[in-house]
Amino acid sequence: MRPFEYVRADDVAAAVALVSADPQAEYLAGGTTELDLVLKDGVLEPGRLVDITRLPLRGITFAEDTLRVGALVTMEELAADPTVSERVPFVREALLAGASPQLRNMATIGGNLLQRTRCRYFRDSTVMACNKRTPGSGCAAVRGPARMHAILGASEHCIALHASDLCVPLVALDTVVDIQGVDGSRGVPLTEFYVLPGERPDIENVLRHGELITQIRIPLLPVGTRSGYLKVRDRASYEFALTSAAAALLIEDGTIVRARLALGGVGTVPWRASEAEEILHGAPAADRTFRAAAGAALRDPFTVAGTAFKVELAQRTIVRILQDVSGVQS
Amino acid sequence: MENTVSADTHVDVMLRVNGSGRQLRLDSRVTLLDALRDELDLTGTKKGCDQGACGACTVLLDGKRVLSCLTLAAQCEGREVTTIEGLATDGRLHPVQEAFIRHDGFQCGYCTPGQIMSAVALLQEGRAGSDEEIREFMSGNLCRCGAYPNIVAAIREVAGRGSE
Repeated sequence: MRPFEYVRADDVAAAVALVSADPQAEYLAGGTTELDLVLKDGVLEPGRLVDITRLPLRGITFAEDTLRVGALVTMEELAADPTVSERVPFVREALLAGASPQLRNMATIGGNLLQRTRCRYFRDSTVMACNKRTPGSGCAAVRGPARMHAILGASEHCIALHASDLCVPLVALDTVVDIQGVDGSRGVPLTEFYVLPGERPDIENVLRHGELITQIRIPLLPVGTRSGYLKVRDRASYEFALTSAAAALLIEDGTIVRARLALGGVGTVPWRASEAEEILHGAPAADRTFRAAAGAALRDPFTVAGTAFKVELAQRTIVRILQDVSGVQS
Repeated sequence: MENTVSADTHVDVMLRVNGSGRQLRLDSRVTLLDALRDELDLTGTKKGCDQGACGACTVLLDGKRVLSCLTLAAQCEGREVTTIEGLATDGRLHPVQEAFIRHDGFQCGYCTPGQIMSAVALLQEGRAGSDEEIREFMSGNLCRCGAYPNIVAAIREVAGRGSE
């Protein structure tokens, strides 16, 4: 483990300038990903860690049907927010389905978006073949035992999963990520924030080095919309998803007027199921609609022996959450 | 990789633990867990997995339960740390400690300080409404001996719900 310099940042501009100017510098917030990979796994080797936890990015404000959440709000704080419970309850469900109470007190919303994959090959620096760690070195996961891996957005270059629960409803809601760089700020929709691995799995999102997430903007659901998050996992609690689904439906007279659907546990990025949404829009809230949507969402998977089971499991997860949210059972 | 710039890889930190402060000079990489155990001789906080998975290292930071193995000591400057050693007052054990003894909420005891710190926080959070809720909100603390039923009973008793 390489020694690093620890710097505590006092204001946003100074922190951004410091990290942007130093290719060896990285941000430190809740630490639940960063310190794990630096201190324990030895996968990341920053020369300088800039602690941003004292920056004034902790507010939750609500205006014009949008919830603005500071990047340093913790998972537990966001789960406790009354507007979240009232207007986007599946965000609260996803938050409380993730990690443990201790980790949720530490982990920040910005950090949740940027959490690194749990792929065991990525996290084991003695494994040589990992395109995410060492571009061009290959992918040990596609040939070795793999279970907690992605089947959508995956390829022979990388099947590493984005394991966030929170990002599943967030990507369904068209959340926007506000980013501060040395040259100014910009907002990027979460659906465009992540980059599919393609031939460069080391590039995971659109952030340039030194850019800092300052807040996210969550558009709230129209009144009358029902939502839910379903997580399927090997243990009842404190476990990553095998598959998960977040759904929000506005139903009028038995017809689905508006549908939002996203998947977790299956994608190299938080997965918006756009093809499934197209089938749901305007269709009757009925089991055959749900099954058609589930089929469309999983039409083109990339599986290995250990992940083949996820195709059917994910479809069943989708049908179940749509049944639960709509109240229409088979 | 060569470090061309000579950076200071040590930090000066004032650690406030259980109400008393100590000024320390540490390698930047030292976790709160290692600082407690190796620098302050507060060995009640246990190192289990040392990777954020087991909860044995749970302490309170500004009153909230966190994992000390994934917290840098340097990050705790100016904040209040409470460990298992800080729960007793005037020689009397904390009610959760007494309940764990009464209900035999442990076997080998290694996870116990983390379980108790987590349980103290859980009660403050108001998460002891049912056995199911207690189990869910204690899920970050593993017990390899499987003392879970007695742990739940101890927490239930302190929550004032008697036996169910």
